[in-house]
Amino acid sequence: MADESKPQPQAPKHAIQTRGLNLWYGDFQALFDVDFDVRAGRVTGLIGPSGCGKSTLLRSINRIVERLGYVRTTGTIDVLGHDIFGANVELLQVRKQIGMVFQRPNPLPLSIRDNVLFGLRTHRDGDRKSRPSKEVEAQIVEESLRTVLLWDKVKDRLGEPAIRLSLEEQQKLCIARLLPVKPRVLLMDEPCSALDPDGTAAVEELIWSLKGDYTILIVTHNMAQARRATEECAFMLHGKLVEHTETAKMFVSPKNQSTADYIEGRYG
Amino acid sequence: MQHEDVRDFHWYVDKAMASLVFLGGISAIVFIIGIFLFITREGLGFITDGLDLREFFFDPAWRPTSDSNPTYGAFALIAGTASITGLAVLLSIPFSIGAAIYIAEFAQGRTREILKILIELLAAIPSVVWGFIGLSIMNPLIIDMFDVPVGLNILNAGVILALMAAPIMTTIAEDALKAVPDRYREAAEALGATRWQVTLKVVLPAAKHGLMAAVLLGVGRGFGETMAVLMASGHSINVPDSIFDSVRALTATIAAELGETAVGSEHYQALFTLGILLFAVTFIINLTADLVMRGIKRS
Ligand SMILES: Nc1ncnc2c1ncn2[C@@H]1O[C@H](COP(=O)(O)OP(=O)(O)OP(=O)(O)O)[C@@H](O)[C@H]1O
Ligand SMILES: [Mg+2]
Repeated sequence: MADESKPQPQAPKHAIQTRGLNLWYGDFQALFDVDFDVRAGRVTGLIGPSGCGKSTLLRSINRIVERLGYVRTTGTIDVLGHDIFGANVELLQVRKQIGMVFQRPNPLPLSIRDNVLFGLRTHRDGDRKSRPSKEVEAQIVEESLRTVLLWDKVKDRLGEPAIRLSLEEQQKLCIARLLPVKPRVLLMDEPCSALDPDGTAAVEELIWSLKGDYTILIVTHNMAQARRATEECAFMLHGKLVEHTETAKMFVSPKNQSTADYIEGRYG
Repeated sequence: MQHEDVRDFHWYVDKAMASLVFLGGISAIVFIIGIFLFITREGLGFITDGLDLREFFFDPAWRPTSDSNPTYGAFALIAGTASITGLAVLLSIPFSIGAAIYIAEFAQGRTREILKILIELLAAIPSVVWGFIGLSIMNPLIIDMFDVPVGLNILNAGVILALMAAPIMTTIAEDALKAVPDRYREAAEALGATRWQVTLKVVLPAAKHGLMAAVLLGVGRGFGETMAVLMASGHSINVPDSIFDSVRALTATIAAELGETAVGSEHYQALFTLGILLFAVTFIINLTADLVMRGIKRS
């Protein structure tokens, strides 16, 4: 916590940087030579037609894609200045700095409280001495749930299974449970696609309110959402990064013809 | 209105097959009801006149062949079955659940397939062979290791039964772990949990009903096992106070005595009453396991 009060001396301008990133699912190449810079503290949107590799790119940044045994990657990914494939980098440390929100809300089959505290407990597992007291835990739970505007709704039923919440609330909880370990980067893969319009609006608003504190990279299929809720936008096609600029610029005067076609809905 | 007659050859084949399949389906029900009616009818005479419930459940003296005063206390037999089954399940739980966790969560590709085949092979060993192992391998081993006079006892039968119950427990437990949606694992891993933490904190709690069903089915398996228990338990009527005591199981009693009784005699009916008890208990255990598993599917 002490390091947060001081501005970090050489806080890198880019929270995420990939160079020459290629990725194969078995024999199928899903990413081609991706050079991608995500500015720290901004909301960057990732758009492109279905199957172009948005999720794949996102999932390689916290290396969760490697859960599939048949994935092979070349190139580099730096997160906050550290090569995440580096030999002396611990995967768990990487994942502590990078929170991920999935397309379908996936609260763990635990209580609301335990969902929020899961990450914290996981990372503390090694040293039991530093285990926070009940009061500290309660405070962390409240803080996190307040941040996602869920506290008032669930404060009386923190012990209930999280699956009883509505989808919108579940998705908010999935965001809330990332916060206690203080990640710097949030990866979101179409976080609103399972929600109704009201839920979408609420979660979008939440994401917007997290801007600045976190670097947010968000995949979306929804052009209106990309336009509304992002500051920068990157367009992908067939596993390649085609264009990446300020959102305002991209939607007004895209440089690339395929970007223009996609934005105007001429792609699937 | 005139309908075209569709009853050609294929129509009849179709109908015949449908009835055959239907018969096959209901035969299971018919048989189980038939068996239940049969053992009830055979045991009923004893239950209605001879049976003293107090004696049956609490008297350890099973002396059906005594000329002067035959007694039918099943307490020692119940204790025998319960102690063997209990020990077997206790021994089997760590191995079965452990094997299931390894197969479902950690093993990959070929290792996993080979392990699954081996476990199925374990299930295919006939129970008389297990009994043989109990008699000729475990027996001297126990006598040597623990310096006891007889090696045919609860420990012997419990170990044998644990090995016999392990395949079904492993298989059901593995299914339960497999049924835990992968997105839970993914979510937990993305939060920085190691594979082991994911298993311990997410997968096992989520699969707890299925694991319980696995254990229950293991209990049911142990309860009904006859031949191996008959051979390995020592078969002596005894309320045990240590795992080195020989005991006699309900099933083994029926198997050993039924052939020597006159059909319809009191002894014969008493054995059928033991059968009713076994039937009822296994039925309840299996039903509970089934309900528990249905419970998971619904939630
Ligand atoms: N597990 C996998 N195994 C094999 N191929 C995969 C796998 N996941 C994705 N792919 C392939 O990789 C390509 C990129 O998939 P990805 O999911 O990254 O696309 P996407 O841009 O997120 O699409 P969508 O908008 O539909 O979510 C697709 O052609 C897809 O078929
Ligand atoms: Mg996707």
